[in-house]
Amino acid sequence: MIEITDLHKSFDSQKVLNGVNLKIADKEIIIIMGTSGCGKSVLIKHIIGLLKPDQGSIVIDGVDITELDTKELDTIRERLGVLFQGGALFDSLTVYGNIAFPLREKTKLSKQEIRERVIHALEDVGLKGIEKKYPAELSGGMKKRVAFARALISEPAIVLFDEPTTGLDPVITSSIHELIKGTHKKYGYTGVIISHEVPRIFEITDKIAMLYNGVIVESGTPEEIQNSMNPIIRQFITGSHEGPIEY
Amino acid sequence: MRRFLKTIGARAIVQLQTIGHMFIFLMNALYFIFAPPFKFRLLLRQIRFFGNKSMLVIILTGSFTGMVLALQLFYILRKFGSEALLGSGIALSLLRELGPVLAALMITGRAGSALTAEIGMMRITEQIDALTAMALNPMRYLIVPNIVAALIAFPLLVAIFDLIGIFGGYLVGVKLLGISSGTYFSLMEDYVVMEDIMVGLYKSLSFGLIVSWICCYKGFYTGYGAEGVSKSTTEAVVLCSIMILIWDYFLGSVLLIG
Repeated sequence: MIEITDLHKSFDSQKVLNGVNLKIADKEIIIIMGTSGCGKSVLIKHIIGLLKPDQGSIVIDGVDITELDTKELDTIRERLGVLFQGGALFDSLTVYGNIAFPLREKTKLSKQEIRERVIHALEDVGLKGIEKKYPAELSGGMKKRVAFARALISEPAIVLFDEPTTGLDPVITSSIHELIKGTHKKYGYTGVIISHEVPRIFEITDKIAMLYNGVIVESGTPEEIQNSMNPIIRQFITGSHEGPIEY
Repeated sequence: MRRFLKTIGARAIVQLQTIGHMFIFLMNALYFIFAPPFKFRLLLRQIRFFGNKSMLVIILTGSFTGMVLALQLFYILRKFGSEALLGSGIALSLLRELGPVLAALMITGRAGSALTAEIGMMRITEQIDALTAMALNPMRYLIVPNIVAALIAFPLLVAIFDLIGIFGGYLVGVKLLGISSGTYFSLMEDYVVMEDIMVGLYKSLSFGLIVSWICCYKGFYTGYGAEGVSKSTTEAVVLCSIMILIWDYFLGSVLLIG
């Protein structure tokens, strides 16, 4: 269970989060949607503990992570998997090295066991046989899928997806959505997805929250959000340039 | 006038904060040097990075520095009828001063700039955040191997610079200007003492620390986008170059007086 309460964050004079309140139940998939630059990535960085809030709390399984020191925070991070916006694959390592990295550094698995898990993870994301390639040799979609495999290799309890399909074509976008759906079914993790792909991504989620002007303006099931009369949500889903959303 | 003083004051505070932040960064890195687990494979990779990037430029600048020194010193020494001191003059200049300083400047331009750019790119592409998110300390994985590698690679590269420089001086002094080979080397043996070599070693070690510290810091806290990385790289090279020359003076003063 992740419980975010009254979260505030400013950068210099710019207020980014202005009292975010959100509850994410175990094993559910939630999509946080919002306009570009509204603070979605800032919110996810708070959940990872990369940023400290000015005010408010983030409680993960009963522990307020905003009050933890680095060492204590690392024990929480060991249960997280993160798919960063650009993949964040290590340039100096091969695909194999990238996926094996968390296992090599954080577990005592043998070389053989690591190899089996990496090969299996690559099969899961449909990229068998590219172990020896470097990230620079991969397309955007392949990078995202390799990063996906790396995020899931430690079988984390919570997986955070920062815009997993931004910049990808519709076919690859669908395949990533299917991957999330399939792996969630297989591993049963709690998924937090930041995405603009509305309403296409609604089919893989249990809950949707809309972040606007630093607050969650509404949250609910995909049906509730699609039928919402909130003008901000209506404008965002329809993609209309007329409405209350300021650009 | 008040506004002017306010601006100057604000800038001074920012500079002091940056210096403080840099020292905290260094202390943090020094702590992790002695805190296991140690990353030997990464250390070897970074030693190779410094050596591989800088070797050619060290050989080129070392040889030409020695050759120019031979020409200039020969011209000066001839006025006093002391051409025989050419070999020891070149060796002392290189070992105590020119070798460490010029090699450090060259390594800064070649490997230091690449180091800042590499760490900076890792920052803007969220690779450093990815390490943190995996509960792995970026200090241990990125910064410590570079600082230790620089402490090992700098003295070695300086030694190569000195050796090549002395050989370059030999080529010009002996083969071009006609000093005998025996004179060139035997007087060098008489005048160069262990202390001279140690001065060069202390300098190269401290330059290694300065260059790796500044380059890592500037890359680690780079600005946004390609422009941010470019700015950090330029700042790192300029600051390293200035710090090398300033520290060389202070260390030189202390070692000479001491």
